[in-house]
Amino acid sequence: MFALIYLGKTFGMSSSLKTLCSIGGAGKYSDFFRFDWKAQRWNLIVVLGAIIGGFFATNFMSDGATIALSSETVSDLQEFGFSNIGETLLPQEIYSWNNVLSLKGMSILVVAGFCVGFGTRYAGGCTSGHAITGLSNLQLPSLIAVIGFFIGGLIMTHFILPLIF
Amino acid sequence: MKFLKFLFIGIFFGIILVKSEAVSWYRIFEMFKFQSFHMYGIIGSAVGLGIILIQSIKKLKMRSVEGNEIYLPPKEKGVVRYILGGAIFGLGWALAGACPGPMYILLGTGVFSMLIVIAAAILGTFTYGILKNKLPH
Repeated sequence: MFALIYLGKTFGMSSSLKTLCSIGGAGKYSDFFRFDWKAQRWNLIVVLGAIIGGFFATNFMSDGATIALSSETVSDLQEFGFSNIGETLLPQEIYSWNNVLSLKGMSILVVAGFCVGFGTRYAGGCTSGHAITGLSNLQLPSLIAVIGFFIGGLIMTHFILPLIF
Repeated sequence: MKFLKFLFIGIFFGIILVKSEAVSWYRIFEMFKFQSFHMYGIIGSAVGLGIILIQSIKKLKMRSVEGNEIYLPPKEKGVVRYILGGAIFGLGWALAGACPGPMYILLGTGVFSMLIVIAAAILGTFTYGILKNKLPH
């Protein structure tokens, strides 16, 4: 984050979604997307870097160890019927193609992605823009947004996930 | 090439978030269950360091490499958009176990089903752009 500020930019990952909309021609439908996306290209370069970073970290820097989750978390997930908990970064129950290609699995990913994309622009930022940069800059709106993130996250984790799994 | 520095920042960001497990669905679940300090430690130390750095930037009136004074745009005032938008984001975050940054990073780790989430997120952003003027802010 500091590096980006130093380079004269504001750190936030979700803006890339808006930039991608504009490139796709969304400016035809709303003023919101009518801006000079070429000036935002740096944003997509960071995205490209993040993808490469993810590739590097898993392929060359990983020892395949299981994530050391707390024992309560593991037992809660076992109750959901999850297996191989923590062996990969993401649960196969949500992300394996077998599950994704079912109606339920596909709906989970689409609804989740849609909420993230819609919510992040409505709130004007995501984890990096509000929780990290915003709070670091002592912004009250960011604190309110983070409280919002937790309201949504807690509802999902405590009430909705148990209904899904 | 001037874009190279941004590429390196992205790579660095990706590696750190994978190695710290912050991109893991399991860690997000654990965080919302308050069953581990792990994520709070990561976010807390980032914010702690961030506060010190940003305050120093302001005190010392540091300049960016391009020589411009560093200015962080303050967030617009408001409550409704932050609580409502934040909560919608939170629902998606806890379900997908990934926010926008990690979505890309996870794609890089080889989880191609993440493309569906990214496509849906772009659609969500697009929908917000269309409805923006009708929503309370």
